[in-house]
Amino acid sequence: MTAIWVVIAALALSTAALKVAGPLALGGRPLPVKALNVVELLASALLAALVVVETFGKGHSLTLDARVVGAAFAAIAVWRRAPMIVVVLGAAAVTAIARLLV
Amino acid sequence: MRRELTAVDPRGSASARRTAGIKRGLPFGIAVFAISLSFGVLARPVIGPWAPIVMSIFVFSGAAQFGALAVLIAGGGTAAAIAAGVLLNARYLAMGLALAPSLRGRALSRAAFAMPMVDSSWAAASRGDGTFDPWYLVGVSIPQYIGWVLGTVVGVLIGSRLGDPNALGLDALFPAFFIALLFEEARGRRRIVAAGGGAGIALVLTPVVPAGLPILAAAAAAVAASRRRS
Repeated sequence: MTAIWVVIAALALSTAALKVAGPLALGGRPLPVKALNVVELLASALLAALVVVETFGKGHSLTLDARVVGAAFAAIAVWRRAPMIVVVLGAAAVTAIARLLV
Repeated sequence: MRRELTAVDPRGSASARRTAGIKRGLPFGIAVFAISLSFGVLARPVIGPWAPIVMSIFVFSGAAQFGALAVLIAGGGTAAAIAAGVLLNARYLAMGLALAPSLRGRALSRAAFAMPMVDSSWAAASRGDGTFDPWYLVGVSIPQYIGWVLGTVVGVLIGSRLGDPNALGLDALFPAFFIALLFEEARGRRRIVAAGGGAGIALVLTPVVPAGLPILAAAAAAVAASRRRS
């Protein structure tokens, strides 16, 4: 059971280090325009990758399961401008129903 | 949605921008509560009642916590669980570099603004020109931190009565959350190209490289898309 506390301490420290490294190394100094153009697009690229991994990823492989139905519901709900809570809880409900039916 | 809220007057006072951020973060906080509830439910049988709560308080990162837990459930060792969590959070290095020029003041204050950074608050605090509003970022993170810790506690407490969280579709919470964030973010042609590229990279790399790396590698799509004429 001590192993888990090692994991927690290591993840707490590494997460903090990753977050503050950039601001400590180059805080306040402006980035070159080319870098700013990349930064502006970074969130779109990373969020899209997170969607793919969270929808289709299963450890080290890709898989198709009921999450896809929930994700599709979320995409339609967001497009129809549903509030965040409807999007998220609706996706869970739809996924649960899909699991019951399959 | 994002448009109107990034229109917060950049000259506004720190507390006004933080309050605007908190309002913006409230729905995220509710969503994150549900997600961390599922973390508490899944983690308790594996690592006991206290570890998930302490982890949420000090790590405060869905991707790393679920990733490390998945390794432990699969029977992987301590080192493998840490490696998975670090890789899944490696994107924070890129996000921190992006945020850095928007932070003024001494090293300690810059670090203090970077610590509450999570995906949603970082994306929401982006002004769309490559700069960020640090107080707005802090505001958006506050409800999520509260929701994250509370959700974990509730998950640990009610977990044994809830049964299998996947039967309730709780594993779809995370993708749905990121889909909502992505739709707000990916406006305009170059951002859609970057998103498409990032998704493609993640799809291709997931079966090939360790978890976490595909997300970090997706940053290459932002570099490629930035070279396009809009």
